[in-house]
Amino acid sequence: MSLTTTMTGEAQIVKVNAERIDAAMAIQFKEDMRTETESGPERVILDLSEVQFIDSSGLGAIVAAMKQLGGGRRLDLAGLTPMVEKVFRLTRMDTVFNLYSSLSEATAPAGANS
Amino acid sequence: MVKTFACSFTATNLDARNGIASVVEHLRSLGLQAARVDEVQIALTEAVNNVVEHAYEGKPPGDVRIRAELSPERLWISIQDAGAPFPNGELPEGKPADVTVPADSLPEGGFGWFLIRELASQVQYERAEGSNNLSLCFEIQVTSPPAQV
Repeated sequence: MSLTTTMTGEAQIVKVNAERIDAAMAIQFKEDMRTETESGPERVILDLSEVQFIDSSGLGAIVAAMKQLGGGRRLDLAGLTPMVEKVFRLTRMDTVFNLYSSLSEATAPAGANS
Repeated sequence: MVKTFACSFTATNLDARNGIASVVEHLRSLGLQAARVDEVQIALTEAVNNVVEHAYEGKPPGDVRIRAELSPERLWISIQDAGAPFPNGELPEGKPADVTVPADSLPEGGFGWFLIRELASQVQYERAEGSNNLSLCFEIQVTSPPAQV
């Protein structure tokens, strides 16, 4: 599992450099996210644009990554590919996270696209 | 016409990933709609994950056998393993996870059976001769308008 972090003015962007977050790598993902987001800005954006497949283990790991940020910080998700989006929608987890179709949409100034 | 194919692999996460990938490839090559193949992949992955995590839990991983049977209207996929039976011999109900709870109480698992039941049109389970036989059915519709005959 490889994660790449970029800091913008207000957010930390964590890009998942993997085609899948599945049972084989869910625990590693969760641990790597813990290391990656140990400190940092209030908002973390997870860039999922490379991820083509996620299963319930991967979904659980993203929920865990959000929970381990703690109360004062939030995890937003950007660049969901069709299959990833489908799993979020079926499990209603799309109502838990802010989802953005792309990273640029996630980082656009508030109100810019309303 | 009915087309069948089968594969088997050891019940580890990595072997399961490759085994499922080969099933998915096969289904694509048979001309199944891409979105449908995606749904089959999600449900099949959850079913096989359960075998890896639960059926062979605490034991050396045994085999998982997958057999697919594709007719013009439906696809049956059966998953066989020689691990422990389901608790009480019954399949989990697969209730949707409650996502209205506070963030720190959100579930981190237990989505698998919900996804299987949501995506498969029929689910059958039989325990016979020390094996679990789980069969998932998927309707193959010609959905894209206008339907070409």
